[in-house]
Amino acid sequence: MRRVVLIAIPYLWLLALFLVPFAIVLKIALSDAAIARPPYIPQFDWASGIWAFLAQLDFENFVWLTEDDLYWKAYLSSLKIAAVSTAFTLLLGYPMAYGLARAPEEWRPTLIMLVILPFWTSFLIRVYAWMGILSNEGLLNQFLMTLGLIDSPFVILNTNTAVYIGIVYTYLPFMILPIYAALERLDGALIEAAEDLGCSRLQAFWLVTIPLSRAGIIAGCFLVFIPTLGEFVIPSLLGGSDTLMIGKVLWEEFFSNRDWPVASAVAVVLLLILIVPIVLFQRNQQKQQEAEQ
Amino acid sequence: MTRLSWFNTVSLTLGFAFLYIPMIILVIYSFNESKLVTVWGGFSTKWYGELIHNEAFLKAAWVTLKVAAISSTIATVIGTMAAYVMVRGGRFLGRTLFSGMIYAPLVMPEVITGLSLLLLFIGIGLDRGVLTIVLAHTTFAMCYVSVVVSSRLVTFDRSLEEAALDLGCSQTDAFRLVTLPIIAPAVISGWLLAFTLSLDDLVLASFTAGPSATTLPIKIFSAVRLGVDPQINALSTIMIAIVTIGVITASLITKRQMVRQRQDEQNAERL
Amino acid sequence: MTVPVFEPWNDPEAKPLIQFQNVTKRFGVFTAIDDLSLDIYEREFFALLGPSGCGKTTMMRMLAGFETPTEGKIYLSSQDIAPVPPNKRLVNMMFQSYALFPHLSVWENIAFGLKRENRPKHDIAERVDEMLRLTRLEKFARRKPHQISGGQRQRVALARSLAKAPKLLLLDEPLGALDKKLRQDTQFELMDIQEKTGTTFVIVTHDQEEAMTVASRVAVMDNGKLVQVATPDRIYENPNSLYVADFIGDVNIIDGTASPSGQDQYSLAWKDGLAPLNVSSTQSFSEGQSCHLAIRPEKVTISAEEPTGADNAVPGRVLDIAYLGNISTYHVELPSGAVIKAQTANTRRIARRAFTWEDPVWLSWTATAGVLLAD
Repeated sequence: MRRVVLIAIPYLWLLALFLVPFAIVLKIALSDAAIARPPYIPQFDWASGIWAFLAQLDFENFVWLTEDDLYWKAYLSSLKIAAVSTAFTLLLGYPMAYGLARAPEEWRPTLIMLVILPFWTSFLIRVYAWMGILSNEGLLNQFLMTLGLIDSPFVILNTNTAVYIGIVYTYLPFMILPIYAALERLDGALIEAAEDLGCSRLQAFWLVTIPLSRAGIIAGCFLVFIPTLGEFVIPSLLGGSDTLMIGKVLWEEFFSNRDWPVASAVAVVLLLILIVPIVLFQRNQQKQQEAEQ
Repeated sequence: MTRLSWFNTVSLTLGFAFLYIPMIILVIYSFNESKLVTVWGGFSTKWYGELIHNEAFLKAAWVTLKVAAISSTIATVIGTMAAYVMVRGGRFLGRTLFSGMIYAPLVMPEVITGLSLLLLFIGIGLDRGVLTIVLAHTTFAMCYVSVVVSSRLVTFDRSLEEAALDLGCSQTDAFRLVTLPIIAPAVISGWLLAFTLSLDDLVLASFTAGPSATTLPIKIFSAVRLGVDPQINALSTIMIAIVTIGVITASLITKRQMVRQRQDEQNAERL
Repeated sequence: MTVPVFEPWNDPEAKPLIQFQNVTKRFGVFTAIDDLSLDIYEREFFALLGPSGCGKTTMMRMLAGFETPTEGKIYLSSQDIAPVPPNKRLVNMMFQSYALFPHLSVWENIAFGLKRENRPKHDIAERVDEMLRLTRLEKFARRKPHQISGGQRQRVALARSLAKAPKLLLLDEPLGALDKKLRQDTQFELMDIQEKTGTTFVIVTHDQEEAMTVASRVAVMDNGKLVQVATPDRIYENPNSLYVADFIGDVNIIDGTASPSGQDQYSLAWKDGLAPLNVSSTQSFSEGQSCHLAIRPEKVTISAEEPTGADNAVPGRVLDIAYLGNISTYHVELPSGAVIKAQTANTRRIARRAFTWEDPVWLSWTATAGVLLAD
């Protein structure tokens, strides 16, 4: 009896506030936009019955997504931005994780705390911090002009470059921590063994360290890639009008155009795209767990 | 290895510079006399003074704190239950669905979660306000809590619970007197995580907040959309200071506990 | 005056405290306990001995109430305990990991079970103090488990499980985490406490020396079945099977075929071209039945000259010597290629060793030295 209650409370909560809402999104994605309150038809009506209701649903909105090139361009551009910024995060994060793992043991807790600290501070504030730096009369341009490296300011804010910088900056801890965890477990004797067997330091790094930290690299990449794909705050604060990201499109479709059925369809497709990396990520985590046992 | 090679030193220095310089600049310019955020006009605390008298911000901050306190507390209770069910629940109908629903919100884009919750609230005719934000944040945060708590429960020595039963505890007493005190640090960090997530959230709150209740991130977002604002710098500085003090205190406490524990263990073996 | 011998298992009138009746326990397709029946008497110190995975821990967990038998019944004082949950049983358990509550002090750990009975405060304090005295932990009452040594933790676990004065105390590998020296001291302490409190102890162990030292009776288990249940000396000197002979202590096994040669006397043909061995056995074997002679190394005498008047004597050559301090074990190769171990006690210090590698020697033993076992 107690066990039933224990299972039922979180279960019902998640059913009601996670699964049911998602079913509603799916349903509205199959409805048509209308000037009404709420702005879509059909409304479910007990009188006409469930079959009549289902008969009115169609895939029109999904067809629309393929016809208007705004949408598929936004999906492609989101994928590109997510992939490129994941690569940059890895390039910056790996050396840092490596440095942390090789740092003297008494420093490590402090250094790790310094990596985690930004994670606890507001995401919004961290993105906002770059606005003052990257703007035309911002500190970066002032600095470069004072040095005489450039004559006229670089336009960075409101471009994709600013979006890349923002993503790398905010998601860097997610890349560093799993790689650090993998590297810290790495037995130093393995590198010595590789060098003893004739590897140069670089070869030992390439042939031993990288393969043994692979699981951490994969986990870190997914932890950056997956949330970036649906990112809204960074493109809307740092990106320009030509920065296409699907999270932003969804937001505008819903709040500005008030086209709920299309916004829902955009969400459904985004989720379908996300399923692939999520499943791959899960598999990586499972493999890692099994390897540890 | 006791010393860092120059490569590691350089990469760590550059990395930490990248992480911290933007925040340091943000803090410095909160004390700028000039309205122009990019021009240094002398030291001043006037933006803090303006902030204190900004009714809208204060009201939003109060709503945000209230929402965070309520939602993180509920999320901690339900999330701990969910963790217990996942680790100890054995088999039950729809277990796969259950664990799927626990993990999905962690990777689901917030825009989707926000949209779906908004559509639900409209569908059932619930007025948007503090209640709807609390519901949204609780759902989202309980998943994080349950992941944190279940990773602690997995390593929990079950024989401790069995010992409690063996000594005459009922199941509930065994949980209350033995399991809960031991997993308390994980439950507390789950609560802190839930609290911070709620304080920080813009997207879910934007979808589920109504005109009657606006949270601080929504206010900040609409302010900074128009450009850099020194008042926001002042607000950010306050928030950064609170978090920094909190994180440093927490890590000092854990460090001291670890050192003491190690000393105790060494002393114990010498007896 | 004679001290009455404690052996209730030989008394047909004695009522067992615990009875396993045809108990079977399955986990899915795996059978952990296979149709097992066993009686354990009050005040016994009973050891369940076997390799890991033999089912001994499952037996204990069924007594504690953490597992229920799939078939059969378990009685405690003639009462079926299947419907009694663990927190209502007059049985306490000392866990292998000790399972001391890390957030409670030594005192609170010991008081934990007493507090569940809603006893008056001073009763609890009195009982805890008594337990602290019994286990010599008075000085450590205020400490947390991580502030005391491994041996002290073991005693806290014992005190905590004894505090409620259970009818039956279960000990799961109680000394497994201690080093060898401490383990030996603690074994005697455990026996002492068992005697003082008069509690029935059931101990699970994979360490045969430990079982032999502490227990009044030992049950040797294998694959969910009891192989032999007897006193330690009978287990050692009269193993009922090859499995028990091999599991307990060091042993030489000689395979052969028996033929009766008198009252309880057999001659064992064991190698072509060598004289058959003379063996006495109360168990009867038929002519030509294949069997095994199990003989302990310390019952084999090693000598330079052929002994006269020995029941059995074979020549050989020293292959290896293991010097263990108190004793030496000689591995002697017989002309047939078989190796037999013989042990001698090193009773003198700095004596020149009588034998060295490659020395020709004679091994001899009496007809009653070994046990003849069927397949």
